[in-house]
Amino acid sequence: MSHETHDHHHEPGCGCGCHGDQPNPFAELNPVLDRYADIPGSLITILQKAQELYGFLSVELMRHIALETHTSIAKVYGVATFYTQFRFEPVGKYLIMLCQGTACHVNGSKQVEEAVMDYLDIKEGETTSDGLFTLNNVACLGCCSLSPVMMINDDTYGQLTRDKVTHILAELKEAAKSDAIGLETSAQEVTA
Amino acid sequence: MKIVIGSGSCGIAAGAHKVQTAFEAIIAEKGLNLSVEQTGCIGTCYLEPIVDVVDDDGKKITFVNVTTEDARRIIDDYVVAQKELADLQISQEDLTMIGKQKRIVLRNSGIIDPERIDDYLAVDGYLAAQKCLTEMTPEAIIETVKVAGLKGRGGAGFPTWFKWDAAKKSPGTTKYMVCNADEGDPGAFMDRSVLESDPHALIEGMLIGAKAISANEGIIYVRAEYPLAIVRLQNAIDQAREKGYLGNDIFGTGFSFDLRIKAGAGAFVCGEETALIASLEGERGMPRLKPPFPAQKGYWNKPTNINNVETFANVPWIFRNGGDAYAALGTQESKGTKVFALTGKVKKGGLVEIPMGLTLHDVIFDIGGGIKQDKAFKAVQMGGPSGGCIPASLLDTPIDYAEITKTGAIMGSGGMVVMDETTCMVDMARFFLDFTCKESCGKCTYCRVGTTRMLEILNRITQGEGRDGDIELLEELCYKIKDGSLCGLGQTAPNPVLTTIKYFRNEYEDHIYHHKCTAKSCKPLLTYTIDKEKCVGCGACKKNCPVTAITGEKKQVHEINQDICIKCGKCFTVCKFDSVIID
Repeated sequence: MSHETHDHHHEPGCGCGCHGDQPNPFAELNPVLDRYADIPGSLITILQKAQELYGFLSVELMRHIALETHTSIAKVYGVATFYTQFRFEPVGKYLIMLCQGTACHVNGSKQVEEAVMDYLDIKEGETTSDGLFTLNNVACLGCCSLSPVMMINDDTYGQLTRDKVTHILAELKEAAKSDAIGLETSAQEVTA
Repeated sequence: MKIVIGSGSCGIAAGAHKVQTAFEAIIAEKGLNLSVEQTGCIGTCYLEPIVDVVDDDGKKITFVNVTTEDARRIIDDYVVAQKELADLQISQEDLTMIGKQKRIVLRNSGIIDPERIDDYLAVDGYLAAQKCLTEMTPEAIIETVKVAGLKGRGGAGFPTWFKWDAAKKSPGTTKYMVCNADEGDPGAFMDRSVLESDPHALIEGMLIGAKAISANEGIIYVRAEYPLAIVRLQNAIDQAREKGYLGNDIFGTGFSFDLRIKAGAGAFVCGEETALIASLEGERGMPRLKPPFPAQKGYWNKPTNINNVETFANVPWIFRNGGDAYAALGTQESKGTKVFALTGKVKKGGLVEIPMGLTLHDVIFDIGGGIKQDKAFKAVQMGGPSGGCIPASLLDTPIDYAEITKTGAIMGSGGMVVMDETTCMVDMARFFLDFTCKESCGKCTYCRVGTTRMLEILNRITQGEGRDGDIELLEELCYKIKDGSLCGLGQTAPNPVLTTIKYFRNEYEDHIYHHKCTAKSCKPLLTYTIDKEKCVGCGACKKNCPVTAITGEKKQVHEINQDICIKCGKCFTVCKFDSVIID
């Protein structure tokens, strides 16, 4: 796959998904495209790796993938929007995945969702204004015995109650705050 | 002596990693000669984190609900001082829960380290595959599976031998063996547990199946929501390849088979075979008409066989113990064992594997310990969004494909969600329709539009806006959707509604005609009042009421203005004195 040289004459703003004479903003994806672009049936894998790299699938990114894999943007968008894993908006530092499985529903996941919405003042699918938290409802996480369950990034939290959820979110907020302060301090140290 | 920590997803969520770190720190601090190892999930999720202390003779003591503080006690009191720790040890009752099971699929779960192939080999791993590859013809392999009577454990319950035979007889030199590990049924997690706890059992089962149908390439389609399962499975595949159980010329027989993982991207409909194949090919996961069946035209139009994880995990056991031994378990129609994910309002939730033929009562009450807080049992939901709710009057139904189907539910993949008097059955039906409506791929109008219309009606009923004729309208839509849908998703989507109408019609009528939710679950149908005897006037409800419907002076009894109240339930949640009454 030759993502270095396109097979048409490209120029700024030609709208085909290439980057004109600008540097490729998705250069980190090149190894993935090198490996998968010519293997039939790899579109989902490429989209997954792209989302891992960039956090979400922007229209520009999907256009880039379409061009590099010689498929239409409609096909890429069609596949991406079919599956719940793919996101089209940036997500916060902490992605809350609230399990909506049967066992969680029976054991009160609605109350947990309300607690999250109350505390963070966002709805399902939204991100807090400080960019810290995104709330997503997901199908069963498979930890039904610990229901209600949520995952935040890679960590799973079980047997949730309103209080427990609020406590967890408050701790993460606190941790993010001290991270930010820590970064500032180390930056100051470097400049000093 | 060694410490073994249950480290499945459930265990980790309950704190297994923290407990492991605590043990390692204490052992290092004391300079003890103890190794800390991990294993998968034994299935008693309600006891996690679970820690086994195994002495050099193999004697094992199990400690349950272990905290980081308990880790120190286990080391100080049990390991060093050799004292009993009765309060931390697994109870006799819990041991009986495990003892009543017959573990074939879960035979190694919670016993071996899933990340070490040598552990699997030590329990006769890959011997069945060796026998099949070196001594048996494909016909003999399929015959053994036929004798065993193994049926597909993913939901449909189709005889496994029949599928293998069809794929074998299909002409062509390139064939594929596919494992459906996309466990999409909310409330079922046995496949995740097998992948995390005993991945080699799946690989060995697939290898045997591949030999039977002459497939040289296998793909495991795993849910992206199962990151740990993917890591452990990849590790197992790498180890199996290194040892020569995957790759070229396996056991020197000239037979080649290799496996790769494809991570699913989240779509319930991909549990349907043709949709799964479309997804493997990088397309939208939309089902197509059958025939041709995947056995004739599957992945890239080549003969393809698809089974689920639990089905494959049974296979090595069948070849080590014989098809007859497997068929000796269970009922005339349903042979062997089935794993159930017992969850919801049950005391001892987790994975249980039982011989077919036990009754629902046996599983929920004898093994599961009955209902939490000894409340009244109302129903058990089986088969997830394709299944139904079975009422108390049918608890003596034996677990058997045909018998369960008679109730209106299905065996499905083995989700068993227990519900008590506080679960509203109309809300359950609404919950499942919400799921199927979102997951409908959109190809068939009846499924796409029909489930949407049904959801709208159910939403109305649970919001107190039900109308005369709604039940009949729902029933009519149910039958039309069943008839007018191409794949299993649409054909079974009405089941949760049909079974709840059949067994709990009174609840629908209560909602529609009396504006009452007896389970006290549908908020718009409830009234919130304050118990004058119990209210201490703390003001918590008043402070949290979003519409200032609550009045009252500090230390005086508070009152809710029903005209303003939006029935959000916040006052009930925040009251620490149980003084908010819901009716």
